[in-house]
Amino acid sequence: MKFEPAITPYLRPAAGVGAVMRQVLYALVPAALAHCWYFGFGLIINATIAVGVALGVEALALWLRRRPIEPALSDGTAIVAAVLLAFALPPLTPWWITAIASAFAIGVAKHLYGGLGKNPFNPAMVGYAVVLVSFPAELAAWLPPRMGDIDYVHPTLWQTLRYTLTGDAGVSLDALTRATPLDAVRVAFAESQTMSESTSAPWFGDFSGRGWEWIGNYIALGGVWLLYRRIIRWQIPLSMLAGLLVPATIASVASPDNFAGPGFHLFSGAALLGAFFIATDPVSAATTPRGRLIYGAGIGFLTWLIRTFGAYPDGVAFAVLLMNLAVPLIDRLCRPRILGHD
Amino acid sequence: MSAPTEGLRTLPGGLRLPPNKDLSTASDVVTVPLPTKMVVPLRQHAGEEALAVVKVGDAVLGGSVLGEPDGAVSTFVHATTSGRVAAIEQRPLPMRGEPVGTCVVIDVDGNDQWAEFAAPAEDRTARLAAVHEAGLVGLGGAVYPAAQKITQGLASGIDTVILNGVECESYISCDDRLMREHADLVIGGLSQLIDLVAAKRGIVAVESDKPAAWEALRAAAAEQLDERIEWVQIPTVYPSGAEDQLIYLVTGREVPSRGLPGDIGILVQNAGTVAALAELLATGRPLHSRIVTVTGEGVANPGNYRVRLGTPIADVVAAAGGYNDKARRLIVGGPMTGIALTDDALPVTKSCNCLLITGPAVHLSPEPQRECIRCGECAAHCPVRLMPQSLYHYAPRQQPDTLLGLGLEDCIECGCCDLVCPSHIPLTHTFREAKQAVRLRTNEALRAQRAEQRFKAHVERTATESARSADKLADKKRAASASAIAAIVKRKRRDDDSR
Repeated sequence: MKFEPAITPYLRPAAGVGAVMRQVLYALVPAALAHCWYFGFGLIINATIAVGVALGVEALALWLRRRPIEPALSDGTAIVAAVLLAFALPPLTPWWITAIASAFAIGVAKHLYGGLGKNPFNPAMVGYAVVLVSFPAELAAWLPPRMGDIDYVHPTLWQTLRYTLTGDAGVSLDALTRATPLDAVRVAFAESQTMSESTSAPWFGDFSGRGWEWIGNYIALGGVWLLYRRIIRWQIPLSMLAGLLVPATIASVASPDNFAGPGFHLFSGAALLGAFFIATDPVSAATTPRGRLIYGAGIGFLTWLIRTFGAYPDGVAFAVLLMNLAVPLIDRLCRPRILGHD
Repeated sequence: MSAPTEGLRTLPGGLRLPPNKDLSTASDVVTVPLPTKMVVPLRQHAGEEALAVVKVGDAVLGGSVLGEPDGAVSTFVHATTSGRVAAIEQRPLPMRGEPVGTCVVIDVDGNDQWAEFAAPAEDRTARLAAVHEAGLVGLGGAVYPAAQKITQGLASGIDTVILNGVECESYISCDDRLMREHADLVIGGLSQLIDLVAAKRGIVAVESDKPAAWEALRAAAAEQLDERIEWVQIPTVYPSGAEDQLIYLVTGREVPSRGLPGDIGILVQNAGTVAALAELLATGRPLHSRIVTVTGEGVANPGNYRVRLGTPIADVVAAAGGYNDKARRLIVGGPMTGIALTDDALPVTKSCNCLLITGPAVHLSPEPQRECIRCGECAAHCPVRLMPQSLYHYAPRQQPDTLLGLGLEDCIECGCCDLVCPSHIPLTHTFREAKQAVRLRTNEALRAQRAEQRFKAHVERTATESARSADKLADKKRAASASAIAAIVKRKRRDDDSR
């Protein structure tokens, strides 16, 4: 009897990239629901625009590079990048800003560098950083979270959609938007207020902005699910949070009036999203266990530095991009000793 | 009996494979009937092909020598039953890539007559000679000639012999059944091997998923009372049974890169080899059969079968009830390191521990191959602590220095990285090809170096030769001119005298 040739191994392989990316999207569902509850449907609208543009640009880039389109589109990596980008953008972001960010993420940060697996920088963070430095005012315009005791009229789905697509909300935008907790504390420090004055404001919850804390919890829940499913490993989330919280704790203990505490840093901005979903992007992260500890710790520490001393309220995106630069060096220095070698 | 003095280590990386062993462990080993034709390759061992010492038409008995060792690493090949040599020809071998090699084809007469053999004398020289002449090789799959391994061990000094009863690959259970059914041979063989290499102790290492084999060995050891034997049960993690990995697990010693276990005082033999050693020392009969696990979704009666070496695979599968309609691929060896054959007319050889006939489920890849996403799962599971993602990145460039620095030659080709790769990249296959390319390049570089040396030597030689001939010429000229002057002077004198 004759058989066909084959190469090892002859066992069913592990779940593929597509399945891994689906798990990442599932893990984001609780946080997305919470986000919609506290901030309205802006996330869904932004995500839809970002995913649509990402897939379109990816298809175009693949066509220009004469690569097969279907297998790459179906791997889900562009979708994950677009959804993470949408999480980073304010709920009321004009559609063209989302589109620019998404197109830049996939077109420039991913495909100009050679596509899947070849990009040195985290595509979602490149897209976010580009629009953050280009349109700082639009990106600072967040909504206050929906909490029972805050006197505020939320934009409806229709208003959100109308503003996103036309730039006209029917009401004054200033009346709708609020600063993020990071921004608020930053402005307060700039106005020589102490941290305790910020924390006594009505929007402040136990650790950070109300509502933001809960979204943080759901992001952490999704992150723990990814750890449990072994989609991500513990080194980057742990070291990034340690890199952020250890200096924050030291500074706030030394000078509680002038520095925000670890709880505030943990539950504000993109700290948890960054630790579990962004810094863990395998392509642009370090690949060795020790290297990942260094990489994560670097992101955490840079985030704290940028938040505390920099010109921007949050620093996760810049911290990730800076550490992306260091990855080749980190991986070279952290190569494990091969068994039987000196 | 005591536990090993050194602590049990944990393997870096590794995988828990689906065991799939229950398929074949339920029943006793069944002997496969003699086929009508045997195909005996003269290369069934690591090293050089044996030299044929029979001619077409020769009558052979069981145990007759068909091939003699040729080179430092090589061994004897024997007829495994009686018959007549029908052909000596080049045929595909059941090795990776199915390379061709010389095979002795024997028409089996069915009488199964054997040449006379006697147990060797008790002294080491006689026993070593017997092991060499019996063509014994490592039956775990590496088929390194046992006599050479022992001789090298004696030269470097062995303190510990490890009995490899790990059998960590999925599906394979031939050693498990052997240890259950012939524990006395295994333990006896280990004692004899300890004597042969003058070691201080032997360690029996069995994986925790083989409690029956473990108990059988303990019972056999209780009867034989060899104080030098220590015991260790190791966790069921693939590839704990790979030689260097097992040594590290059991003793904590690392075989140096490109070194041998003997360099650190250790000799490892698997259970099948040790049992065969005990048998041949008792009877003098050469290695002629082995236990083969015939298993997989695609075969009717999975189980373990005792097979004469040289029996065509088709005959073995027929003895196991034949293929069913699920049969898709024929694998020699396990699913992680085995070789997919294209033809079941190829014979069972000394290295053939398993015939795996896979069904359709294994070959339904859920997703196509994609680019490496640097997730590092391969590195997390590498038992040698390589970074397969880096090796894969640099493999196409084939630069020996880079690849060797990343440990290309340290890759044991276990296949763990392949199995965990979410991009379904055939990493091991890539590394195998890269190894060949690098060896080729290194050889080329060596050849080029030698050619350069030869050329330089040639230039030097011609230079000195021409210098020498120039000197000679000058001497000659000088001599010639001197003699010419002398002749002139002579002539002159003669003329003067005659005047």
